[in-house]
Amino acid sequence: MATDSGSQRRLYELMVLMKAADDRLSKGIATGELLCVYWPSRGQEAIAAALGLCLRPDDQLLTTYRGLHDLIGKGVPLLEIFGEMLGRQVGASRGKGGTMHIARPESGVMLSTGIVGAGPPVAVGLALAAKRRGLDRVTAVSFGDGATNTGSFHEAANMAALWDLPVVLVCQNNQYAEMTPTEHTMKVERVADRALAYGMPGVRVDGNDPLAVVASLRQALERARSGGGPTLLECLTFRFRGHYFGDPMAYIPKEQLAAAQAADPLPRFRSHLTGTGVCTEGELDDIEAAASARVEDALAAALAAAPPSIDELDSDVYGDPTHCPA
Amino acid sequence: MEEREMTMREALNAALDHALASDDRVFLLGEDIADPGASGPTKGLSTKYGTDRVLDTPISEAAIVGAAIGAALDGFLPVAEIMIMDFIGIAVDQIVNHAAKLRFMSGGRTTAPITIRTQVYGGLGTGATHSQSLEAWFMHIPGLKVIVPATPRDAKGLLTSAIFDPDPCIFVETIRLQGQRGLVPAEPSFAIPLGQADIKRPGSDVTLIAYGRGLVEATEAASRLEDEGIDAEVLDLRTLVPLDVETMLDSVRRTRRAVVVHDAVRFAGPGAEIAAILQEELFGDLVAPVRRVGARFVPNPASPSLDAQVYPDAGRIVAAARRTLEPASARRE
Repeated sequence: MATDSGSQRRLYELMVLMKAADDRLSKGIATGELLCVYWPSRGQEAIAAALGLCLRPDDQLLTTYRGLHDLIGKGVPLLEIFGEMLGRQVGASRGKGGTMHIARPESGVMLSTGIVGAGPPVAVGLALAAKRRGLDRVTAVSFGDGATNTGSFHEAANMAALWDLPVVLVCQNNQYAEMTPTEHTMKVERVADRALAYGMPGVRVDGNDPLAVVASLRQALERARSGGGPTLLECLTFRFRGHYFGDPMAYIPKEQLAAAQAADPLPRFRSHLTGTGVCTEGELDDIEAAASARVEDALAAALAAAPPSIDELDSDVYGDPTHCPA
Repeated sequence: MEEREMTMREALNAALDHALASDDRVFLLGEDIADPGASGPTKGLSTKYGTDRVLDTPISEAAIVGAAIGAALDGFLPVAEIMIMDFIGIAVDQIVNHAAKLRFMSGGRTTAPITIRTQVYGGLGTGATHSQSLEAWFMHIPGLKVIVPATPRDAKGLLTSAIFDPDPCIFVETIRLQGQRGLVPAEPSFAIPLGQADIKRPGSDVTLIAYGRGLVEATEAASRLEDEGIDAEVLDLRTLVPLDVETMLDSVRRTRRAVVVHDAVRFAGPGAEIAAILQEELFGDLVAPVRRVGARFVPNPASPSLDAQVYPDAGRIVAAARRTLEPASARRE
């Protein structure tokens, strides 16, 4: 199924917004304007935009500490993201969770985890719940290549396949597990090949091509929604800013980084849109300007917001605050 | 209230049965919990409620707890079983970094009202990886509740409360207690609120503070002490988090002496926290140091002759209680 021009435009809007947010955060942290921790998603926007386009509002997404792009794609408001990163009352969790721990069930974002490999088991439970309720909702869970080396991933993949659960396992293979290249951490060349061990389809796709990701993702979603069970979708991509913001990236060969940057999904998709006549240069300029303005407005509002009340420490530890030991 | 005599295993089964019957949000998942493989508290439940609600899983403890959390995020009340408490290490990330913290980290947007039933196999010759009492691990984590029943009545009442509690509960069962019989209210919805200690035997000279299997030994110790003319109060904590500090302080304020008893290792065990609270709050009232009787700080041995040296027994509790009653001059070592 071809992706119509409106959807292509939407993909670009999402990718641009993700990039604008990343660029602005990076600039702010680098200059000392923003005090926060950040695990940058720059370079991986095509995958998150495809998820944003293809997941229904009632579909669920679980992501990781490297989740800015995923959160934006699934519709978490920028103010809630920035507010949470900066520890403000307007944050998604009123500043109690931080960058790595943003959840927003209203948008279908059920979990962001700071623990590599911890998302898939929780996705299994959400999918089990959907099946029990007779819903055709799908749970997508996003993680990196490193996560597929954990026991937690293996347990969850086996369980999801065993019970034909409506899950899509989305591996954003950015070729490094923290500071270690993938070929040093796994014998298989393709993460997708691991699917064979679980009895589910494994698909590798160019994760820098949003249309390719959309095409594969739609198949996986359709399969999950119709009771066919899970798919392991490996999206091959790259992270441009290293593991954490400020990472000197001494472990990344310069030629590899240069080649990855040459394959940056943003200019590549921009050329596609203008080359195929889906959008004009002017329209795309407008999209980029609008994204930057949205990011600036949200960041200004987050910076102007109050920090959380000290009373927040006494709430949400237990349902009943009196159950908390002194 | 009508009561029935049953084993703790039957009482736990009654609590699970009631929860499954009364609330469609409840389901069970774990290893070998469905018939015909089930032999413990879940026996018969898959036959009655179906394997959709009593779900046998692969041997995958992290995914068992993770799946329980996921279903709980969507409004279910899952009861996960970790067959033997020593296996819970595989699932600790999901318990400690996820279940315990999701309410706080999401500002209340997501919660994980799961119950994790797990069983302590100590004292059965199974050796060091199938025997540990690890409740102190979980007391240390904000967001978790920790429950250790000692009688069939408490097992029924506390498990019912745990399943319907809004927070993640670690519910520690003790294999050596599961065959013990006792009276349990026949009312299926019978529940005991979490965080209420219970004075199992009133007394005036010393408070024996116990939970789980420690209660059995403490009760036996109290009757031996009675023969010596010492009137011991036996206080069953029942839940370690939330901890019923008030009942504990009221008791020790009266008796002015306390011995804490548990099967968990003594060093850095639950008794250390309890002793610390008692001295902080009652320093001027205490007439003797708070004593702790816990397992020796060794991997649990397999041989029964060694095993008998490791766990608290009535004799050691009696000795500890006697020491609290010695004149101060005799206590100097």
